[in-house]
Amino acid sequence: MTTLDSSKEIQKNNSEVNETHEDFRMFGLITFLIADGMTFAGFFAAYLTYKAVNPLPDGAIYELELPIPTLNTILLLVSSATFHKAGKALLKDKNSDSQKWLFFTAFLGIIFLICQLFEYFHLPFGLTDNLFASTFYALTGFHGLHVTLGTLMILIIAWQSRINGGRLTSRNMFPLEAVELYWHFVDGIWVVLFIILYLL
Amino acid sequence: MTISIDPQKTNNESLQPKGWLRYFSFSLDHKVIGIQYLVCGFLFYLIGGTLASAIRIELASPMSDFMPRDVYNQVLTLHGTIMIFLWIVPVVNGAFGNYLIPFYVGARDMAFPRLNAVAFWLIPPSGLMLVASYFVEGAAQAGWTAYPPLSITTPQSGQIIWILSVLLLGGSSIFGGINFIATIIKLRRPGLKLMQLPMYCWAMLGTSLLVVLSTPVLAGTLILLSFDIIANTGFFNPVLGGNVVVYQHLFWFYSHPAVYIMVLPAFGLVSEILPVHARKPLFGYTTMVFSIMGIVVLGLVVWAHHMFTSGTPPWMRLFFTIATAFIAVPTGIKFFNWVATLWGGKISINSAMLFSCGFIINFVFGGITGVALAQVPFDIHVHDTYFVVAHFHYIVYGGTVFIIFSSIYHWFPKVIGKMLNEKLGILHFIITFIGFNLCFAPQHWLGLNGMPRRVAEYDPQFQFVNQISSLGALLMAISTIPFLINVFLSVRNGKNAGDNPWNALTPEWLTSSPPPVENWEGEAPLVEEPYGYGKEISEQK
Repeated sequence: MTTLDSSKEIQKNNSEVNETHEDFRMFGLITFLIADGMTFAGFFAAYLTYKAVNPLPDGAIYELELPIPTLNTILLLVSSATFHKAGKALLKDKNSDSQKWLFFTAFLGIIFLICQLFEYFHLPFGLTDNLFASTFYALTGFHGLHVTLGTLMILIIAWQSRINGGRLTSRNMFPLEAVELYWHFVDGIWVVLFIILYLL
Repeated sequence: MTISIDPQKTNNESLQPKGWLRYFSFSLDHKVIGIQYLVCGFLFYLIGGTLASAIRIELASPMSDFMPRDVYNQVLTLHGTIMIFLWIVPVVNGAFGNYLIPFYVGARDMAFPRLNAVAFWLIPPSGLMLVASYFVEGAAQAGWTAYPPLSITTPQSGQIIWILSVLLLGGSSIFGGINFIATIIKLRRPGLKLMQLPMYCWAMLGTSLLVVLSTPVLAGTLILLSFDIIANTGFFNPVLGGNVVVYQHLFWFYSHPAVYIMVLPAFGLVSEILPVHARKPLFGYTTMVFSIMGIVVLGLVVWAHHMFTSGTPPWMRLFFTIATAFIAVPTGIKFFNWVATLWGGKISINSAMLFSCGFIINFVFGGITGVALAQVPFDIHVHDTYFVVAHFHYIVYGGTVFIIFSSIYHWFPKVIGKMLNEKLGILHFIITFIGFNLCFAPQHWLGLNGMPRRVAEYDPQFQFVNQISSLGALLMAISTIPFLINVFLSVRNGKNAGDNPWNALTPEWLTSSPPPVENWEGEAPLVEEPYGYGKEISEQK
């Protein structure tokens, strides 16, 4: 049970009423992630429809190499595990361990983004070359935007979990839990994206 | 009737809301935000209504003489976009939802008050941006649907501003939806069961599910469309190998549910208003709940009935025709329930009741033409004609806007603490009802005879019927005047309403009018039977 800002204000205004309610921030985040997932679902649906009905025109190049995206998949899956480690460490009040794991997770995210950019620069097609090229860049780019935001948020909570004066403690786990859920979501989307874009 | 009210209900003046400046602030109070939504939406309604009047003036004569053709296209695009995204969706969801839902679930505010304020404050800038795009290089011209390739080939600046504006409004809508779902499911007062909630909560829960599931798809689609316009990609551009039908599928995956986003809350509101003014319990509560959820599920799988002429394969036509016809079942159940609620009731003929009854009549017409339009052979005949225009105006104006007015008459005493003038209200209803039907009923005939929509010029043989329609539009424009006079007079020196002028049982009437900042002085009342009308008498016996 957590007392939220709104109920704190209530107590200030009306001291007779002492109300607390369950913490539903996580519920709100899950609803938001469902909405976000629907955006990806729209993109995937568009890509699959193009695959089914729009043939690749003659002479158009749309070739994807597997090694870098496979490495990226492994990077993200490992980063999910390291994030989980950070949460476990924080729960046991080992703040410095938690911070190390968080920085390592952010590092993996940055490596992912560098690999992604490296792939972009070495692909034989550009954004406007053909329909599949456009869809490929739109999907991976939109996902990359999510990874960028996620990495920034991980760096922020890593800063917040510092030992002296950090607001992230075992009693205030919500920021970490929220970013962790978001990060797992982004990983999950990547796995779906990897299967649909690279393996199919 | 079990309503437990805190016995220590005292009038603490210091808790009464004060000052009109808070309506221009980043207020976190759900009641202030609700009024912000309503007033902001109404201002955009006046702009959209002016644009509609311009359209009807243009169509009073067969030639395009009132404005140039491209301006006509801009006007109809702005009219559609403003009315849908800035008037109906924000008002019927945001305004009444924010005002009523916390009362109905027995809470002091929405689940996420800050997110709520952010959701509202996204609306005025995006609306102003949209209106201002007219003065840049001309507004968007591709209709509110923005179908490519038209939206790719018309002037870019207007279309891009349109996309940005709709993206912001979509974001606002999603934030609102998340907030409503969390409030209804998580913030209910202890002891209040889901099946004891007033019907508007269920309607808003269903609507918010649709918002959360379908609006992001529109956002993604519009991002792809903006890439087509700015970055010269070819997602929806056949010249570059793209596929326009994919846009239509993605667009209607949002925009068909959008119809339910506009009309389900109205279903909820009318379910609140009818029992109060007929003094009878809402007929068939459980079937109402299941009908709403049925409409939500079916509403997500019928989108391609807008695309029967877009080269859809036969199996798809068959599936979407059948699925659409199925929606008539839950909708029909709701209609019979409303009629049964009125049946044998002690009906007060006041403005709120009249607008609700007007809604029932208009919506039956709109519903019947809707079922007709879902049939492929008929749809191919009237596709993109005035029949479609008549159909959806019967749904969104005759349906939802009538309910918005009905709700304003019903809840004005609670919000302001003063009664609205009934005579002016009934005058407003009569002019609106006659004007509306005079404007849109003849358009069925125009459509059946093949007059295409969204064109500034038409065959001279349609002139007389178009002039009747324009006369109706004039009446609709005039009908706003008694309403505005009524609101201004009543806010200044209306009759004092007291806490519960309608003797209603839903929780928002169990507090003072206007309600205090935290909704209740003491603990929130537990209302187990929000529609327990008529039981007082049987208990006395």
